[in-house]
Amino acid sequence: MKSSVIVFPGSNCDRDIAVALEKMQFENKMVWHKDTSLPKSDLIVIPGGFSYGDYLRSGAIAGKSLIINEVIKAANSGCLILGICNGFQILTETGLLKGTLLRNKNLKFINKDVNIKVINNSTKFSNKYKKDEILKINIAHNEGNFFTDSNHLEELKKENLIAFQYCDEKGNINEEVNPNGSLENIAGIYNQKKNILGMMPHPERMVDEIISNKDGINLFSSLLN
Amino acid sequence: MKLILERQFLSNLKKNKLKFSVTVTLKKDVLDPQGKVVQNTLVNMGMNNLRNIRQGKHFEIEIDENDTEVAQKKIDEMCKKLLVNLIIEDYKINKI
Repeated sequence: MKSSVIVFPGSNCDRDIAVALEKMQFENKMVWHKDTSLPKSDLIVIPGGFSYGDYLRSGAIAGKSLIINEVIKAANSGCLILGICNGFQILTETGLLKGTLLRNKNLKFINKDVNIKVINNSTKFSNKYKKDEILKINIAHNEGNFFTDSNHLEELKKENLIAFQYCDEKGNINEEVNPNGSLENIAGIYNQKKNILGMMPHPERMVDEIISNKDGINLFSSLLN
Repeated sequence: MKLILERQFLSNLKKNKLKFSVTVTLKKDVLDPQGKVVQNTLVNMGMNNLRNIRQGKHFEIEIDENDTEVAQKKIDEMCKKLLVNLIIEDYKINKI
């Protein structure tokens, strides 16, 4: 499977995701944001980081970069797109995903391992997970507080577009285990066609027992499935 | 000399510059934790009659344009396309 990782000035998880993809046997290429064409890809990843120093709003400037036009074209023709952390913020700024990510409710940058629940396990990104499986995945962000209008929230629920929700070790979803104030504890969402996933947690950091755990691996093996 | 001055005057006329300010604030229903913290701090400092604070962003934009209406439309386009996230923010354009 061929993947491309888009690199912006200020991206800092681009290498981590490339290492994870290569470990999982993806044929990966890095693509600079000023490029105007994409290599042939089955998966495009927009990595985490602080593109353009988070100027204006997180992801706002990157969302207008040259390569993004190509990403939008690819997305519309069904290519799989994964946006992690800043990548999720960029996807909302481009309009590929609806909603937005506000400043964390406690105004603090949060870097910790949290529990998330797999809500929909029948997508290209999640078919190797069990439904309601609980994963321990790292989050590291300042703007992860997912917000959207009530119509979109209704659509997310009705059409099973919520990918992950923050939960406790037993899988209970409540305000106490909501790290950043996200609506309904939402940690990741799909677009309507389910070929685009945006998520705040970092699965690429959870692919090796030595440094963390392997809870992120099944996301990549789902894609290969 | 007179000719040069006239030319300068004419070119200045052509490149008439207009200046606008854009104020961006979070919509009423969107929680503004920064504004809340600033408000709480001011109350703690003794500003007891303080009712509410919403924090926002301010842009000053100069544009090479003679026609105020055309310029205003251009600024509005800038707001919609980049400066403002319409899901969570409101904006006001003022000529300055």
